[in-house]
Amino acid sequence: MSGPSFERGYNALKEEIDAPTAAFFSSCVHCGMCAEACLFFTETRDPKYTPIHKLEPLRKVWKQEYTFWGKLGKALGLSRPLTDQDLADWESLVYDSCTLCGRCSMVCPVGNDITYMIRKLREGMAAAGHAPKGLIDATKRAVTIGSPMGVKLPALQAQIRHTEKEYDVKVPMDVEGAEYLCLLSSMEIMNFPEYIGSIARIFKKAKVSWTLSSQAFEATNSGIQIGVSDIAAELVQRIVDVAEELKVKAVISPECGHAYMAIRWDGPNLVGKRFNFKVVHILELLDELRTQGRLKMKDKEARKLTYHDPCQIARRGGVIDQPRNLLNMLADNFVEMPETGKMNWCCGAGGGVSSNERADDLRLKTFARKKAQLDTINVDAIVSACSNCRIHLEEGLEEYHMELPLLSLTETIAEHLAEE
Amino acid sequence: MTDAEFLLWVRGPAFTTATFIMCAGLVIRFLEIFLLGRKADLAEARGSAFAGGFRTMFKRSIPDAGSFERSGFTLVSGYIFHIGLFIVIFLFVPHILVFEAATGLSWPGLPSNIIDATNVVTMIALLAVLIHRIKDPVMRMLSEFNDYLVWFVTFLPLLTGYLAFHRVGLSAPMLIGLHILSVELLMVLFPFTKLSHAFTLWMARWYNGAIAGYKGVQS
Ligand code: SF4
Ligand code: SF4
Repeated sequence: MSGPSFERGYNALKEEIDAPTAAFFSSCVHCGMCAEACLFFTETRDPKYTPIHKLEPLRKVWKQEYTFWGKLGKALGLSRPLTDQDLADWESLVYDSCTLCGRCSMVCPVGNDITYMIRKLREGMAAAGHAPKGLIDATKRAVTIGSPMGVKLPALQAQIRHTEKEYDVKVPMDVEGAEYLCLLSSMEIMNFPEYIGSIARIFKKAKVSWTLSSQAFEATNSGIQIGVSDIAAELVQRIVDVAEELKVKAVISPECGHAYMAIRWDGPNLVGKRFNFKVVHILELLDELRTQGRLKMKDKEARKLTYHDPCQIARRGGVIDQPRNLLNMLADNFVEMPETGKMNWCCGAGGGVSSNERADDLRLKTFARKKAQLDTINVDAIVSACSNCRIHLEEGLEEYHMELPLLSLTETIAEHLAEE
Repeated sequence: MTDAEFLLWVRGPAFTTATFIMCAGLVIRFLEIFLLGRKADLAEARGSAFAGGFRTMFKRSIPDAGSFERSGFTLVSGYIFHIGLFIVIFLFVPHILVFEAATGLSWPGLPSNIIDATNVVTMIALLAVLIHRIKDPVMRMLSEFNDYLVWFVTFLPLLTGYLAFHRVGLSAPMLIGLHILSVELLMVLFPFTKLSHAFTLWMARWYNGAIAGYKGVQS
């Protein structure tokens, strides 16, 4: 692969533009409503964070390359062509102040899927060499080490040994013919290893045939967040190879939202073929086990709980009812935040923002939106289903001096499982 | 050219030309969009792209509660001037006669004093929209020459229509001629400016809803 250059970036943008993109740019009436849907604007009131404005470079390319007047203007030298400097100027808008949360896409009155286009713009930005260092490094680690956080197999094996001892369960590894291949996110391995123990216990009780793989255990895909499709495809291909080799029926995405997006929705499109196995999110599987009567609880959670929908799981991923079914099974007092489910507000850390140190202050600033939501309901604990959301929510709560425990839905279910 | 000759010209050759430019321009715009194509989605569908697309085409006309709270002015003024435009364009009896002459289709209109009142309300709403565009920091940043041009050519037919209806200043043929000319300006610019959102937004909503619907989300 040749190094980044403006030309590569420009060509990537040209290639990314499709009929939906053209329909979206043609339709924007500059009404500004998308701004009010984006937490980066609502919490700063700075107009530059208006979602559609973040797309200026892509819009320029569309106009110059794919519209009659744009082409004419360019030929006559009337319009200023896109420059490398434009891309450089937009880098922080495209990466630091967008979590790809998709909320703007739900609100635009003409129906623009702005998030869809920001994802496309990132392809050009990365190809032109204008991506944040934190994300570039994470992506390099993902390719060379197999995990964006640099987690190697021995680290996972150590966590597994620990889990097996602590919970008296077996964590199957590389089992051919298992029904499910379970993926993890590095964050779960390093920060929340209880997740591994939780699924091991749940699957044991529910008699689910599953396995981990020593060759492909990482589900997150920084190639997507940074916008480098060939790397993203390579990371997906590793999972596909293992899933086919082990002949599993389905692959389980971990709680992590972007991992789910990567393997469930982007995966087949990145590698260019349909999967011959299914991809399910862990919450989808748990809800399925619930309806089959295979999840037996010993007691209910007494605390008043709410649920934070990770954007890529709910709004962008379609797993909205399942966590609610599970929570209603688990707790008597489950309440919704205002604007929830597909309209939930992002925690502020998705889309690679949390791997981008430059965005740290802004990320914590935008947490005020989550705080405002939480302030209206007065709960004892927040449940979520994404390790990335979880880390950031914990940080945000601390920053805003809010004492609220943060629970993983999967782990909470494991804690309340009925004994045999 | 006398006033009557001017009216004949705007109703004849000028109108034909404007109609032709508008239609040809729209076809070009549609082709420019459609020919770009879209890759097939290889992920296994959870929901229906078709149902999602269809739903969003209509559902997007009704905003979510949060947007109403946060963008109330934009929404209310937007509703008023769009509905107002619809009424004055399509429910004014002389306009219906023009449509009938062109297409053979006819429908009942509203009394002209109601149209006149709607016209005034629409103009006021459009003025409010303009002031909002200039004063609101987000809209001001987003706005380009195109946005103001579009505002102007939308407002002009309402104003000339009002003047013609009330016979202000000039001769009747001149006033009507100017009104028609202002509509022709709108028609000529229609495909090449943001005005075309009236057509392209159905595609945009369709794609948005289809992309979400495929994943099982109602957008
Ligand atoms: S909400 Fe939609 S139409 Fe309005 S400015 Fe944003 S992208 Fe454009
Ligand atoms: S996807 Fe989310 S963060 Fe990005 S511009 Fe839209 S609303 Fe803002």
